Amino acid sequence: MSDVAALELRDVHVTYRTREGPVPAVRGVDLSVFAGEVVGVAGESGCGKSTIVSTILRLFPASATVTGEVLLGGENVLTMRWGRMRAVRWGVASVVFQGALHSLNPIQRIGTQLVEPIFLHDKLATDNSAATKVRTLLEQVGLPARHADAYPHQLSGGQKQRVMIALALACDPQVLICDEPTTALDVMVQAQILELLIGIARERSMAMLLISHDLSVLGTSCDRVAVMYAGRIIEHGPARAIFDWPEHPYTRALSSAFPTIGDAASRYAPSGLPGDPPFPGDLPSGCPFHPRCPSALPVCPTVDVKLLPAGPGRTAACVLVDQSVPTR
Amino acid sequence: MSERAAVGSVASEPVIEVDDLVVTFRGRRGGGTARALDGVNLAVGRGEIVALVGESGCGKTTLARSILGLERPASGEVRFQGEPLGYGGRALKAYRRRVQLVLQDPTGSLNPRQTVYEAVAEGPRVHRMADESGRVVQALSQAGIRPPERFFLRYPHELSGGQRQRVVIAGALALNPEVIVADEPVSSLDASVRGEILALLLQLREELELTLLVVTHDLGLAWNIADRLVVMYLGRVVEDGTTEQVLNNPQHPYTKALLSVVPEMEQVESIVLTGETPDCARIPTGCRFHPRCPAYASGEAEAAGIADDCRSRELPILGATGGHRAACWLVPAGDAPIPR
Repeated sequence: MSDVAALELRDVHVTYRTREGPVPAVRGVDLSVFAGEVVGVAGESGCGKSTIVSTILRLFPASATVTGEVLLGGENVLTMRWGRMRAVRWGVASVVFQGALHSLNPIQRIGTQLVEPIFLHDKLATDNSAATKVRTLLEQVGLPARHADAYPHQLSGGQKQRVMIALALACDPQVLICDEPTTALDVMVQAQILELLIGIARERSMAMLLISHDLSVLGTSCDRVAVMYAGRIIEHGPARAIFDWPEHPYTRALSSAFPTIGDAASRYAPSGLPGDPPFPGDLPSGCPFHPRCPSALPVCPTVDVKLLPAGPGRTAACVLVDQSVPTR
Repeated sequence: MSERAAVGSVASEPVIEVDDLVVTFRGRRGGGTARALDGVNLAVGRGEIVALVGESGCGKTTLARSILGLERPASGEVRFQGEPLGYGGRALKAYRRRVQLVLQDPTGSLNPRQTVYEAVAEGPRVHRMADESGRVVQALSQAGIRPPERFFLRYPHELSGGQRQRVVIAGALALNPEVIVADEPVSSLDASVRGEILALLLQLREELELTLLVVTHDLGLAWNIADRLVVMYLGRVVEDGTTEQVLNNPQHPYTKALLSVVPEMEQVESIVLTGETPDCARIPTGCRFHPRCPAYASGEAEAAGIADDCRSRELPILGATGGHRAACWLVPAGDAPIPR
C-alpha cells in the first residue's frame, strides 16, 4: 500500500442551486481509498452518495457548487485542466453506473462500443491490438469473446452488466467506482456480479469504491465501509465490524433492515425506522437523524455532532459515542 | 410469536386454489411456445401470508397475474373460494374488487397528475361504491397515512417513497378486498422505510384478516412476514413449506443456493449458480434444474445413483397441500423429507 491514496476526498461540499434555494447535498465528506482496497459507501436516497460519485470525475451539473478537494493519485480533479480531465476519465478512474443496463447503445455491437474508449485513450492502438484487448476484456468479465459481435438486446441483464464492467476496465484504470452495480439485477446474478467485481479489484490491485443502499452487501464484500446520512458520513470503519456491531443508531437500523434468516427475533418482526430520509434542502436542526432516532436524547436537536473515535479504526457521529456531552 | 403463525393455515379454508395451472406464451418468429407456468398447484388459506420466491423468469409474476385473472390458463384452473374464475368482463370486475394488486414501484403506479384523494377514490368510483369520501378516509388511515385529510390534495411528487407506497396500498384497501397480491412491495423503497411497510402488511392481516400473496426475490422479506414460502423455478414449484421449514432446513438444491447468496448468510459458503434461468421455451429434460444444479455438478447425484433420473426422468408435480415438500430426485418422496 503506497502512502498516497488512489482516491481521496477532503472536506467535500456540494450544493445544488435550485428554484427553492440552495440544496446542500454533500456537507463535508472525508474519505480515502488506497490501491487494492474495496471501500463501501452505504446510504439511502438523498444521502449524497451518488453526488459524491459525480464529483470524482467532475460529472456534476453546472448547478452544483463543489468545494474541498477530490484527489486522484494526489492530483486535484476539481482544479484540473480540461484536457487532463479527459485523460483521467477512463484512464485513471472509471465508473460503473446504476441502471447501466440502459446505457449501452442499442444499435451498436458490443465490440464496437468497447473499442471506442480504447482508441480515444491509446493513440498507439491498432485495429488488431484493440480487437485483442476486447477479447481479453470480455473473457475477464466472464463472457465468451464471440459476444463482441452481439447487440445489447441479445444479452441478458447480467450479461449487459458484465459488458458495462468490461467497458469500465477498457483503459486499465487505477480507480473503479461502482454506483449501485447490482441494483436492477436478480439475486443470483447480483452475487455473480459482486464476486466478479471484487475479484477484479483484488487481482488488479485497484482501488474500488462500491456504493450501495444495501449495507449487508457492503458488510460482506468490502474492507471498509462509510455510512452516509443527510450529506455526511455518520459512521466509518472496518466493514465487518460496522455491520456486526454498529455504533450509530442509524447504522444499527440499516443493518437490521435486512433480517438474519433463522433469527427468531426478526420472525414476524420487520424492523424499520419511522419517517423517511430527510430532504437535503430542509434538514432537521442539530443531528439531522434525531427525528427518526430511537435513542435520541434531549440534546440531539441542538448538537451537530462530528465524527468521533468509536473503537479501533472506527468513527461515528453520535452523542452517545461522545461521553463528554451531557446526556440530559 | 407462534400464535400469529397459526392465524392462517391451508387446512382452515383455502381462499385461492391453483390447480395444475399451465400458462403459455406464443414465441416470436419461429421461437417455440414458452411454458411460463408448467403445472403449478397452490392453495392459500384465509389470513395466510404466502411468499412466492425465485429468480426472474421463474414464473412467479405470471402466477400472480394468473391469480388476478390477467392471464388465461392454457389448462388447469384458478379457484376463488371454491369457484373457478370467470373470464367474462363482469365476472372479472366483481372478482377484482375482492382481489387487489399492489405493484413494486409506487412512483410508477400513481398518476403524477392525480391527487392522493383521486388516486384512492378511483377504485370505489369504478365499482360504484357508496360513501366514497368515507372509504378514502378509512383506507388512508388503515394504510398509516394520518391524518388522511391533510394528504387529500397532495400530489405524488410531494410524498416520500414510503408514503407513496402507503397511498398505493390505500388504493387497494378502499375496495375492502379479501386478498392482496403484492409484487415486490418493498424492493424500490429505502432500507429504513422497508420495515415500516412490512409491518403495515402484517398489521393489515391482523386487523382486516387479509390474505396476502407476496411475490418477491427477497428471502429476508419472507422471513419477516410470510407464513409459508413457495419457491419456483422455470414454471414449477420446486419447494413449498412453512417459512421456518424452507429457510431453516431447505431441501431443494436451488433453495439452498438462493439462501446461500443472501449476504447475511456468512456461516454458509455461498453457492453462486452459474448462468441464468434458462428460456422457458427450451425447458431442459429430466429435472429442469439439473444443468445448473450444484448437487448434480458435484457428483452428489451420481453418488446417490440418481444422476440418470436428473437428466432424463420428469419429476412429479408437487401437490397444493401437505407439509414441507421439494421436487428433487435427491429428496425422498413423500410429504416429510428427511432432514439432513
